[in-house]
Amino acid sequence: MTTKKVTEHSQDELRSQIMRIEFFFEFLRTVLSIVIALGIVLVIVAFITDDPLKAIQTLLMGPLKSVRVFGNVIELAIPLTFCGLAITVIFSSNRFNMAADGAFFVGGLAGACAALAVPDAPFMVKLFVGLSAGFGTGMIIGLIPALLNRFFGAWELITSLMMNYAYGFFVRYVLNRVIRNKDSISIESHPFNVDMGKLFTGTRIHYGLIIVLVLAVLVYVFMYKTRWGYALRVTGKSEKYATYSGIKTGIVILGAQVMGAAIAGLGGAVEMFGLYQTFRWTASQGYGFDGIIISTLARNNPLFVPISAFFLSYLRIGADVLNRSSDIPAELMSAIQAVIILLIAAKAFLSGYKQKAIVKQSQKFAAQGGEAE
Amino acid sequence: MNQFFATFLSAGFWYGVIRCATPILFGALAALMSRRCGVTNMAIEGIMMFGALVAVIGSALSQNVWIGLLCSIVIAVVISLGLTMFKIRMQADEIMSAIAINLFATGGTVFVLYMITGEKSNSSKLANPVLPRIDIPILKDIPFIGEVFSGQNILVYVAIAAVFVIYYLLFKTPLGLRIRSVGGNPNAAESVGVSVQKMQYIAMGISGVLSGLAGAFMSLAYMNMFTAGMTAGRGYIALAASNLGGAHPIGALLASLLFGLFDFLSNSMQQMGIAPELIQMTPYLATVILYSIYSYMKMTEKRRKNKKLAKGKAA
Repeated sequence: MTTKKVTEHSQDELRSQIMRIEFFFEFLRTVLSIVIALGIVLVIVAFITDDPLKAIQTLLMGPLKSVRVFGNVIELAIPLTFCGLAITVIFSSNRFNMAADGAFFVGGLAGACAALAVPDAPFMVKLFVGLSAGFGTGMIIGLIPALLNRFFGAWELITSLMMNYAYGFFVRYVLNRVIRNKDSISIESHPFNVDMGKLFTGTRIHYGLIIVLVLAVLVYVFMYKTRWGYALRVTGKSEKYATYSGIKTGIVILGAQVMGAAIAGLGGAVEMFGLYQTFRWTASQGYGFDGIIISTLARNNPLFVPISAFFLSYLRIGADVLNRSSDIPAELMSAIQAVIILLIAAKAFLSGYKQKAIVKQSQKFAAQGGEAE
Repeated sequence: MNQFFATFLSAGFWYGVIRCATPILFGALAALMSRRCGVTNMAIEGIMMFGALVAVIGSALSQNVWIGLLCSIVIAVVISLGLTMFKIRMQADEIMSAIAINLFATGGTVFVLYMITGEKSNSSKLANPVLPRIDIPILKDIPFIGEVFSGQNILVYVAIAAVFVIYYLLFKTPLGLRIRSVGGNPNAAESVGVSVQKMQYIAMGISGVLSGLAGAFMSLAYMNMFTAGMTAGRGYIALAASNLGGAHPIGALLASLLFGLFDFLSNSMQQMGIAPELIQMTPYLATVILYSIYSYMKMTEKRRKNKKLAKGKAA
């Protein structure tokens, strides 16, 4: 009786130790991926400039140069966090719906158009209408590929990517032919007069920062502390298992894509009211695709999304500063992103060492168990 | 409306359709090669982009268009095999790897372009020779057909030949049978001594050659230079075309012509008074609609089969 209890107890302990090893290796994989990616970029920089040390210093320390530049980092991290959260929710359902990019882009347009439609309303009403328009537009954009998959069996990845191209032309149509300010030399709408206000003077950091941080916590609570979040995570891990355990997977998958894209749409509207006076986007910012790397780095945990968005944003601004002080284009960043995604996606990366560590731990345990008996 | 039909009946229209269908056809053949060996190749878009850039650089540096074409094929094969290696050796998710490649292609091509020319939008500073057009001796004298089929770029004919080569390879050779068996049921293939990995590397290598041809067509034939983002989703459209054609070379040819039609329509309808931005949406919306209809047919067919099976078992 007692020996059985002891073995059960020690099995639990072994299990928790294995989990600890797995967590450690996942962490190590993430950190190593970043280090290797940075290493590759530093090698590229070293090859193409005469003064590699200065270039590397600019890339890594550039964002700390002044309050204004560091403000740019936070300011860019806001839309990146929105899109990272969007992708986290969508990819949790194990569906590759890329609607987030289109949703952010058209969400910004919808926010601007809604605010332009009610020019005389009080500020709060305008803000509410604009943000709701962005959110709602995002929902629709996420819903289209999801419905096409549910009722027609079409793969979301292809339909959503194709729709993103179409949205690009649609936004240009609305900007050029519907809301364009004909008196302005540049291609832009009339001012919509919704300024969310700045959080800190001397920077352009706006109240969107607070909105997005609250949202990150909300998404975390939703995904890890509620029944629906549990259903979503189970469905993402194994749709068949979820169906057999009575989860309505169809609704869960649909809901995740709609909610995710809605978050991106809201992000577009927030960005519009936080940074711009007029609508002037003629092409997608591509933040929806950055969301993929952010959610990959955050390992699908919403609480880590702001951190990894900050990381990506820091590197982006660093590359921008470098771009301004030298002839190295900021597109250098795309190499870092590709390497990080590839290495984290590669399950075999470090898996040999992990396996060895787990086997070693188990053997140690088996030896101890033998002694106890 | 009369003008609309007149356009449809002109030889120039169909000449343009074939020209627009060519990169999609190469891409669709690349997609079906990878699908036949059990790999979903989402990276064709990015591979085409790299191919298009390298083709121009190679062609400009050597002042020989064939070397440019070869460079494009080489880089495409390398990336294609790299993707396969990440799938097989590193057990990476093929979709995530492809997304990484495509993101890298968008930024990476601009990076390389800027480092070489100092321009970010196009390669007009590079003076590169382009691929020749070819007149077909007897064909060119036949009234309508000659105007449509003769005088096309050399790669157009290569694409049409590729359809039959791939058909022969897949369905008439032992290698093709092995590749198809790996895509159909890898465990069964392995059990009769077919190396799954080797077949996947071979098929993905061929897929890479086709993607490279698609990329080179974009920058050395469709246009005479590289412009940023010039593939504009054709890699994804090609994937849809390969599905629409049932992963069969002849099917891919027909589907590519259909997508080429919509692509060329969006070029040629701009003088008809509709806003160009809306017309430019048509190839993408057409892809979504056609692909959805195809998926729906496929889904109902599968359901019907399952029902039949269930009935058979019950009886």
